[in-house]
Amino acid sequence: MGQQSDKTAFTGGFSNPPVAAARAFRASMNAMARPSQVQEITGATPPDGVSVAAGSLLLTLCDPETGVYLAPDLDSEALRGWLAFHTGAPIVAAEQADVALGGWQELQPLNRFRIGTAEYPDRSATLIVEMHSLDVPNAVLNGPGVKDTARMQLPEIAAFQTNAALYPLGVDFFFASGSQIAALPRSIQVTVEA
Amino acid sequence: MSDYNFAYLDEQTKRMIRRAILKGLAVPGYQVPFASREMPMPYGWGTGGVQVSAAALTPDDTLKVIDQGADDTTNAVSIRKFFEKTAGVATTEETAKASIIQTRHRIPEAELTEDQILVYQVPIPEPLRFLEPRETETRKMHSLQEYGLMHVKLYEDISQHGAIATAYAYPVKVEGRYVMDPSPIPKFDNPKMEMAAIQLFGAGREQRIYAVPPHTQVVSLDFEDYPFEASKADHPCDLCGAEDSYLDEVILDDAGNRMFVCSDTDYCRSRRDAGHTGRLGEEAA
Repeated sequence: MGQQSDKTAFTGGFSNPPVAAARAFRASMNAMARPSQVQEITGATPPDGVSVAAGSLLLTLCDPETGVYLAPDLDSEALRGWLAFHTGAPIVAAEQADVALGGWQELQPLNRFRIGTAEYPDRSATLIVEMHSLDVPNAVLNGPGVKDTARMQLPEIAAFQTNAALYPLGVDFFFASGSQIAALPRSIQVTVEA
Repeated sequence: MSDYNFAYLDEQTKRMIRRAILKGLAVPGYQVPFASREMPMPYGWGTGGVQVSAAALTPDDTLKVIDQGADDTTNAVSIRKFFEKTAGVATTEETAKASIIQTRHRIPEAELTEDQILVYQVPIPEPLRFLEPRETETRKMHSLQEYGLMHVKLYEDISQHGAIATAYAYPVKVEGRYVMDPSPIPKFDNPKMEMAAIQLFGAGREQRIYAVPPHTQVVSLDFEDYPFEASKADHPCDLCGAEDSYLDEVILDDAGNRMFVCSDTDYCRSRRDAGHTGRLGEEAA
């Protein structure tokens, strides 16, 4: 274990799924409930190019009932095989995705993703964005889950303002880097840090 | 060890519930449909809350369960034992020591912290249900923010009773968007909903999950000339003397004697342990 060459589609899952998934979900829930707060999330060892955080999120959220979209930068036979073995999630087009994974540029344009309907705003995509870091704040957040205001690193600002303007529709974001995640739900107002 | 999967539910069910919880947190106050499972307890005994707790628990958690504020009633004891057996988690009756609190119809008196999660058992999640029985219509009303009917209901309270007579399950508006049923907590508890803890709501029979993130604006509906009032019985607790806690009225005999006691048993006990005594405190101890 630990050697990259040892990785196959069959390795790198949760070693004790009920407990590992419970801990990973707690981290994701805390992230979504408290936008800007960075949480530690581990348990999975996904194929190369995908962070431990993103891999653990995929194992926590995905199963045969969730369509997953892989952006071109991360889409690979290795990742498809790993997801198929550990989650059984079907790979789908961006327009049908419940969960999407990719770098920020490769996930564009965002308006492909489902934003829910007026009567069912929950029927929207959750985007997992691979980031190089989470600790260089460039945005100020305001909204539910944030006491007064909070600062957070985002790949850009305008896209999240557009998304928030759709509220209660819109997509929700996780940002993954190494073994850390942060989240930004559609309910949050984003402004540029002064 | 037990022969159950951790926290009873199978993993796929937990994932489905977890996805609903995340969407609920992203759209505070909106009721997310979920595929509620049959639980080994009847509807009305907290099947929704139990499923949400099962999906949220980790082995490191300490669970507290209250029913109308009390740790020692049948419903609370049964659910606490259920998770002791199926999840092997530690349990407590002390609010401050709990990391997850499942509640039926109360918010604890002690202020909750950001390390805590409050899980509500919800019988009827739809605040508009008694005004409009059709789900297709209430869903449309939420999507259009068509909440006039709720204000008419509160207005009719005033025209008939001279005040807003709704005393529990008092409707709130979350973050200026969704009108939400806070579950049948007394309206005394409504102002506490702007708290540091995560609040999750589970309705098992009605198959809905909703959520309120920490520090979210939760406003009780009212009128300028009839503002919301968080009322309680106008007495101190007869056991611990607390003036600020929500009280239960207990009939003592057939001669009209009665006592008022804290509905939050842990709050009352910790006050008595700290030396506070009410009118009947010595006798009852």
